[in-house]
Amino acid sequence: MNERHIIRVAFRGRLGRFDLDAAFALPATGVTALFGPSGCGKTTVLRCMAGLQHLDEGFCAIDDDIWQDRSSFRPTCRRPIGYVFQEASLFPHLSVKRNLLYGAPRDWRTPGSSGIGFDEITELLGLATLLDRAPRNLSGGERQRVAIGRALLSQPKLLLMDEPLAALDRQTKDEILPFLERLHDTLSLPIIYVSHDMTELERLADHLVLMQDGRILATGPLSELQSDPSLPLAVTRDAAVSLDSVVETYDTEYGLTTFKIDGARFVVPAGPEPVGERRRVRIAASDVSLARDPPRESTILNILPVRILSATRVNAQEMLAVLSLKADGSGPRLLARVTRRSWEQLGLAKEAAVYAQIKSVALAPATKP
Amino acid sequence: MDALTPEIWTSIRLTIELAAVTTIILLIIGTPIAWWLARSPAWWKEAVATVVALPLVLPPTVLGFYLLIALGPGGLGGVIAPLWGARTLAFTFEGLVVGSVVYSMPFVVQPIRNAFEAMGDRPLEVAATLRASPMRAFWTVAVPLARPGLLTGAVLGFAHTVGEFGIVLMIGGSIPGRTKVLSVAIYDYVETSQWREASILAAGMVVFAFIVILAMTLTEKRVARAGE
Repeated sequence: MNERHIIRVAFRGRLGRFDLDAAFALPATGVTALFGPSGCGKTTVLRCMAGLQHLDEGFCAIDDDIWQDRSSFRPTCRRPIGYVFQEASLFPHLSVKRNLLYGAPRDWRTPGSSGIGFDEITELLGLATLLDRAPRNLSGGERQRVAIGRALLSQPKLLLMDEPLAALDRQTKDEILPFLERLHDTLSLPIIYVSHDMTELERLADHLVLMQDGRILATGPLSELQSDPSLPLAVTRDAAVSLDSVVETYDTEYGLTTFKIDGARFVVPAGPEPVGERRRVRIAASDVSLARDPPRESTILNILPVRILSATRVNAQEMLAVLSLKADGSGPRLLARVTRRSWEQLGLAKEAAVYAQIKSVALAPATKP
Repeated sequence: MDALTPEIWTSIRLTIELAAVTTIILLIIGTPIAWWLARSPAWWKEAVATVVALPLVLPPTVLGFYLLIALGPGGLGGVIAPLWGARTLAFTFEGLVVGSVVYSMPFVVQPIRNAFEAMGDRPLEVAATLRASPMRAFWTVAVPLARPGLLTGAVLGFAHTVGEFGIVLMIGGSIPGRTKVLSVAIYDYVETSQWREASILAAGMVVFAFIVILAMTLTEKRVARAGE
C-alpha cells in the first residue's frame, strides 16, 4: 500500500441511546485513531466497518472496492480485515500456534509467498516460546499479543483494533505498546485504532478521527488536531503535541540526545538512541513557557524562537497559545499554557515573535510515570 | 451369564440398538434446532422451544396415543410405510425410533442449546473476522466449544431412551426382537411372575443409571476445571 489509498466510511442509524451519524475519509496508511469519550460510538463504527454490525444506512469502501452500500453488504468473512477485540478472545480449545494459524491462508508454509510471514510475526510479537501452550496458560499481555498476531496472519489489508489495551493493567500496557510501535514501523499495513486513552494515541497515531455523541468532531493528522484550539484536545489540562523527529546526535558525556524536527532541534536527557532513527517526542502544553527575550543563563535545555499563531483564553486564569517553530508560521506546532497575568504583563499577542522555554521533552516510547 | 436367556439378550441388543439410533438421529436434527434456538432473534422461538419441551411434562401415554394415530395406517405412517411395502409404522422398530426421538428430544436439545448460548457471539465473530465462513466457524469453533453440552445431550438422550416405557408400550407393543425392549421385558416378566428374570434386569438397569449419571457428573467437573 504505497500509493495513496483512501478509506471511505459513512454510517447512520439509531443505536440504543443515541443516533450515530459518522462519515469520514482517511488515507489508508499508518495508524488512524478513533478517539472520543466512552460510549460515543467509536466501537460501533469499527464493528460496522468489520461487518459485525449492520446498519441500514451504511457505506464502507477502500478505493473502488465497496464493502457495503445501500444495496449490497459483504459479510465479515469476506472483508479483508484483521480485528483485535478488547479481550483477546482466543479460541480456548486451540493451542497458541493453531490460534495464530486459524485465519492464515492454506499455503502459509509455501516459501516465497508474499505477505506477513509466520516467523516474522512470532519474532515481532515475541511469541516463539509460547507456540505450544494453551491460551489459559498465558498472561493477559501474552494473550493479546497472540490475538494481534492471529489477526495479522490472516493477511488483512486493514487492521481494526478495538481498545486492545483497555482491559490490561498499566504494566502490561507498557509491555505491549512497544510491540504496537514496532508493528507501526515495520508493516505497511493501515491500522484503525479505537481508544479513549490519549497517551496511547500520542505514541501510536498518525491520524485522528475525533468523535462525540455519535458524531465526528474533526479528522486530520494527529499533530494538527492536537494543536487546534477550537477542539477539546488542545484545551485539556494534559494537552500536548506529538512530533515525529529524527535522532541527530548523542552526547555521550552528558547522556543527551539531540532530535531534529523540520529545522528545529530538541535536546533530551535520554538515549543513547541510534542516529538517524525516527522517534516520536511529546511536549506538554504546561511544560512550555514564553519569554520576550532569550534568557541568557538558564538550566532549561530547549529555548527556541517561535511565532505565536493564535491565543485562546482557556479559563479565568490561563491562556493557550499555539506556536510555530518557524518564523514564517509554517512547520510543526507547539502549545503553551501560560497564566493570563503573565500574558498581559508581557504584552503578548498573536503574530508576536517570542522564545519558548521547554521544560521537558518526553521521548514517547519511554514508560510514562 | 447363564442366567440370561437368549430372549433377554435379544431385548438388551434391541434396547441398545434403539437408543443408539435414536441418539444419532437426535444429534443430527437436535443440534441445528438447538443452534437456531440459541441464536435466532425470532420472537416465536420460545414457542418452538416449548413444543420441543412438551414431552417433559406430558404423560407418555398421551404422547404415545398421538404417535399411535400418526404412525398408524390412517396417519403419516400409512403414507411412509408403503415405501418399503409395510402397512404401518406402529408396532415396528422404525416406529419406536420415531417415538423415542420425539420423547427424548428435550433431553438432547436443552443441554446443547445451553452450551451454544453460554459461548456467546464473540468466538463466532472472531472466526468471521478471520475469514471463516459460517459453516467453518460452526464446525471448528462452535461445535468444539459446545462439546460438553453435546456430550451431555448424547448421554442423556441415550439413557432416557433406554429408560422409556409408556411410549414403547403404546406404539410398539411387546414383539420380541422388534419392539420388546428391556423396560417392556421387565413388565412382561412381572406379569408372568418370572421374578428372577425381572429382578436381574431391574438391578441391571439401576447399575446402568448409576454409572451413567456418575460418569456424566465426573466428566462435567473435569471439563469445568479444564476450562478455567
